[in-house]
Amino acid sequence: MTLAVRHTWFMVGRQLRNLMREPIWIALLLVQPMVWLLLYGQLFKRVTHLPGGGFGTTSYITFLAPAIVIMNAFFGATWSGMAMISDLDRDVLPRFLATPVSRISLVVSQIVRSALIAVIQGVIILLVSVALGVRVHTGLLGWVVILAAAALMNSAFAGLSQGIALLVRKEATMIAIANFIGLPLFFLSSTLISIKQVPHWMQVAAKFNPVNWGVIAAREVVLPGTDWGSVALHLGLLLALSVATAAFATWTFRSYQATI
Amino acid sequence: MDAIVACELRKRYGQVQALDGVSFRVRSGEVFGLLGPNGAGKSTTVKVLATLTKPSSGRAEVAGHDVVREPDEVRRSIGYVPQSSGVDRDATGRENLLLQGRIQGMSGHKLEERVNELLDLLGIADAADRVVRGYSGGMKRRLDVALGLVHRPQVLFLDEPTTGLDPEARASMWAELERLAEGEALTILLTTHYMEEADQLADRLAIVSRGRLVVEGTPEELKHSLRGDAVEIELSDGQAGDAESIVVALEGVHEASADGRKLRSRVASGARAIPTILSALEARGIGVESVTTHRPSLDDVYLHYTGREFAADNEEAGP
Repeated sequence: MTLAVRHTWFMVGRQLRNLMREPIWIALLLVQPMVWLLLYGQLFKRVTHLPGGGFGTTSYITFLAPAIVIMNAFFGATWSGMAMISDLDRDVLPRFLATPVSRISLVVSQIVRSALIAVIQGVIILLVSVALGVRVHTGLLGWVVILAAAALMNSAFAGLSQGIALLVRKEATMIAIANFIGLPLFFLSSTLISIKQVPHWMQVAAKFNPVNWGVIAAREVVLPGTDWGSVALHLGLLLALSVATAAFATWTFRSYQATI
Repeated sequence: MDAIVACELRKRYGQVQALDGVSFRVRSGEVFGLLGPNGAGKSTTVKVLATLTKPSSGRAEVAGHDVVREPDEVRRSIGYVPQSSGVDRDATGRENLLLQGRIQGMSGHKLEERVNELLDLLGIADAADRVVRGYSGGMKRRLDVALGLVHRPQVLFLDEPTTGLDPEARASMWAELERLAEGEALTILLTTHYMEEADQLADRLAIVSRGRLVVEGTPEELKHSLRGDAVEIELSDGQAGDAESIVVALEGVHEASADGRKLRSRVASGARAIPTILSALEARGIGVESVTTHRPSLDDVYLHYTGREFAADNEEAGP
């Protein structure tokens, strides 16, 4: 177990070092969430005044900010399998597999790296949000919850993305699947708009949408009247999903090994 | 002591029988070559021995450990240099080596020293802190070899170490490998489809064809087993069949075989046999286009034991 943790740490280190070497990536990592926040924040500014309400605040940016942290973590996760495909294409994995490296660390490190980046981006989005006048109602604990939700949101789908990458092993297919999963789940959530404003069937579907679980948990701690039971439930659901998808990714890794 | 023991290894991928009963032994400290065309089963043999894939049946031991039952012990004792470079191209050479050492359980000062030693040994010290993406093919291949050596393995697997390199880089890689084999007290298993490479580097070699080991021995033994020089005669028109019966009856000719307009024969001495052969053919009115003779090469060994020309086999199997 300690070996698996140590090897995961080595592998995460490798990926982060490589990432930090590409300045364009750092810029994208920082700028992209800001674009979401500022673009959507302005575009839908007046939406909180809609009859029927359900926003819990009149400040749309306050409503939006925690959800952007989650959305960003989610989309980042759907793409995280690309790094695995790149390793597969370059035969980096067979070289590692001829060493006593912990097998599970090769998969888990990809998920950890992905979640870590989502958390870093989450911090940046929150800092900008605060500058834009957003106040996290539950304070520091609220920040921790939002970032935990982002990490779990990301790892839940990063596990899925890694698993798919190991099954399809082709970039183009991976991109198609990421889009196929990403956009519907995004629009079937209350990221941009209060759940009270959407058709009934969408409200029902959103209950089963993991993206919405993350949005609920993160938003609860930002707005007044936090329902801690709901926060715990939704974080728990995301945790369970993360475990399940990590297991799926590990299983697909075995099936990849069988093809060598 | 034997560093590698392979016993009746078989491996099946779907419909393809990649290995069809491969057995051989490699003594400690020996450089052993697996020579054969693409698709013959060389890489699959190495993958089984390096614990990347399990054999469908059969048994193998590397450095005294069973590859199926004790894979982690095997992995600690071996270095594996895959056919296609497995380096992380976005990292520097040094970072690649440090990571490889760490997952082999090395750390700290000792690891750093070993990495510096290898960078020097393989002549890539100047490029150590550059990202691998900018390396030449030869440099990248040296780094691959260094990666296999970080943890001072007992056995090194080199899967086609010079494929894709230009002739100059290949020659210098051969020199490096020769030095390594002497300096590091290593057992090396090398696969190649270059005859000269096997001839130059291997103490002993085996020819692999269609998932089987065809013959095994030192390069000299294999060449001597052919008894004498090769004489190749190209005829002006297609009467190689007649020519064969004429030539094979001559004194000093061990064997002759016709192949289209070509007549290949094996003789005790090329210099003495050629005049005899030419006059015998002339007497029967058979015209000759060209005659060549050479000492037996591994090409001839391959031809002799598989009944096929090496180059033709390579083309058939594709890259």
